[in-house]
Amino acid sequence: MKTGAKILVESLQREGVDILFGYPGGVVLPIYDELYDSSLKHLLVRHEQAAAHAADGYARASGKVGACLATSGPGACNLVTGIATAYMDSIPIVAITGQVPTNLLGNDAFQESDITGITMPVTKHNYLIKDARDVARTVKEAFYIAGTGRPGPVLIDVPKDVSTGVVEKVEYPETVSLRGYNPTYKGHKRQIEKALQLIAAAERPVIYAGGGVIASNGSAELVSLAGMLSIPVTTTLMGIGCIPGDHPLNLGMLGMHGTEYANFAITESDLLIAIGVRFDDRVTGNASKFAPNAKIIHIDIDPAEIGKNKRVDVPIVGDVRLVLKDMLALFKKTGAKDAWMKRVKHWKQHHPLKYRKDGCLHPQFILQQMNELLKGDAVIVSEVGQNQMWTAQWFTFRHPRTWITSGGLGTMGYGFPAAIGAHFARPDLPVFDVAGDGSIQMNIQEMGTVAANKIPVKIAIMNNMYLGMVRQWQELFYDRRYSFTELPPVEFVKIANAYGIDGMKVESCEDVMPALKAALDCDGPFVMDFRIEREENVFPMVPAGAAINEMIGGHTPS
Amino acid sequence: MKQHTLAVLVENKAGVLSRVTNLFSRRGFNIESLAVGTCEEPGMSRITIVVIGDDEKVEQVTKQLNKLIDIIKVSDLMENERVERELALIKVAADPGTSRAEIMQIAEIFRAQIVDVGAKTMVLQVVGDTDKIDALEKLLRQYGIKELVRTGRIGILRGSKTAGTGK
Repeated sequence: MKTGAKILVESLQREGVDILFGYPGGVVLPIYDELYDSSLKHLLVRHEQAAAHAADGYARASGKVGACLATSGPGACNLVTGIATAYMDSIPIVAITGQVPTNLLGNDAFQESDITGITMPVTKHNYLIKDARDVARTVKEAFYIAGTGRPGPVLIDVPKDVSTGVVEKVEYPETVSLRGYNPTYKGHKRQIEKALQLIAAAERPVIYAGGGVIASNGSAELVSLAGMLSIPVTTTLMGIGCIPGDHPLNLGMLGMHGTEYANFAITESDLLIAIGVRFDDRVTGNASKFAPNAKIIHIDIDPAEIGKNKRVDVPIVGDVRLVLKDMLALFKKTGAKDAWMKRVKHWKQHHPLKYRKDGCLHPQFILQQMNELLKGDAVIVSEVGQNQMWTAQWFTFRHPRTWITSGGLGTMGYGFPAAIGAHFARPDLPVFDVAGDGSIQMNIQEMGTVAANKIPVKIAIMNNMYLGMVRQWQELFYDRRYSFTELPPVEFVKIANAYGIDGMKVESCEDVMPALKAALDCDGPFVMDFRIEREENVFPMVPAGAAINEMIGGHTPS
Repeated sequence: MKQHTLAVLVENKAGVLSRVTNLFSRRGFNIESLAVGTCEEPGMSRITIVVIGDDEKVEQVTKQLNKLIDIIKVSDLMENERVERELALIKVAADPGTSRAEIMQIAEIFRAQIVDVGAKTMVLQVVGDTDKIDALEKLLRQYGIKELVRTGRIGILRGSKTAGTGK
């Protein structure tokens, strides 16, 4: 005989949850009472949004399903941004919310919100449990749905009387059977053969790899295939880490703030091999001018992504890793595309990313110093805006799942709580959150969480006293009319100190490395307040709606 | 822009209709008609949706529908030979006298049934495709339509093909 709350906690453990990020409240009291003496670890955050982001960061860094818990009403609503963030980036999390008792549903009871209704468009699926006997099966299904196929968030709403409801004989299902859910994993052999024919015939092929490569754990296969075929690889923001940053075939990120050589290569290519990507507008710019002369092979697990934004020639629906494995098995050695590789190398050499080296404190320099210190052996999380783009451009990632960022939704305030989650996934690695002074203030209350639990997350704030990315657009497209983008100076180290966290304010280049080393040596959290060049921009930049080879701060291909 | 009739086989669960209609509304589609009912499989319902949209947009929404966990199968009936029907109940002003006789004649031509007669009104029940019901409505307007209720279109494929799972 067990209560719904007990079954819930046991079900989570059966699903392999080793940490639950959460915040208590009225209707989840029965669940929290179970957690009081459970072996399931719970981390108390300071705002529910952070619980969702932490579960998301945990999922991205570990490849497992993350889990979070909040009470009904405001608690559940505060999870929504975190759930939407996970949804846009296809990240598997299970969010559990308390709900008012079933007899009060729809009566505008205290702290009632229709969270299944609210989250319908931002979850892969959601449940409102109405009977304690359904708890075990629902949790099993939720984890299965979240973590398989194209991953995504699943929400389970648990009314209070379901938590307190007693089940006489509890059965934990071992398997899941859902008639309406059968993802395709294996790519169609004929399509794969057609793709290989196109590859053999191509003269200027490029691989465009995204988050799907990371999600399917297909990075090693991708690097093998690119190497065997000598095809240059450009990655999306979400795909960073699927090929080492210093790999000779890596062209870095493409798109709005991509490298010139990646964007030139895409524009001139005659074959685009799109792997685990969705042709997002920040990648393609003007979609009709994106890879205008290329045939397109598109590998993705989600059939709805095929042809959504761009017509493709050879679609392959399936799990990226499995499809790449099949391609490797079927592939026959073709001649290297020497002329094309020469051209790409020339671009890479003559159009590198660059910044002004004038002795002032530039964020790019800080990231180079981080590279030197960490050598890719760290989890780097970012907030959203300039800090995110500089990190994507300048930090050399060497492993998948070491770069954690809100790509699709672009959620400011994501980084710090996601870094907390990442730490629990990878306690063996240092975790850095590269932040802006705007973003960090969107979830700065989590200093309380890291201080109380000695979570060694290092926060590197690129402090320019602006909402930098918006300011950059105002500078370039709104005649420098800085409407509500200037922020007053904040002494972040003092805030950190108030929470009992150490920190350093850095105003010159020579102090960067000592601060980074102090952060790394410190066994708890650490805050670095880097006072960077205030009006530094992210370049190159493709203006909205332009073709990706029409970049500001770049030049025409030589 | 073309009309599409989508037959959507779903698990009969709370919220499934919202999940389906959400996918249309977020893409700015206006649903022309919607009919929901139980079907040949126990525990399942069939939702018939008529929308007007570009082929690519309808294809995208169809793919998104297929991703929903509670949805078993989506078929665009327009791709095949089919029978489509709607039922309408029309309450029309019918004073005893000439108009009543004329309305009864019109009903006969359209094979509509008179299912209620009041002192000043009659209720006609008509079954047919959309054009037929539109034509009848147009003819009855001159007498004064007090109320008109349509079920929304339902459709079924001709021959042995089905929009079900074939089980």
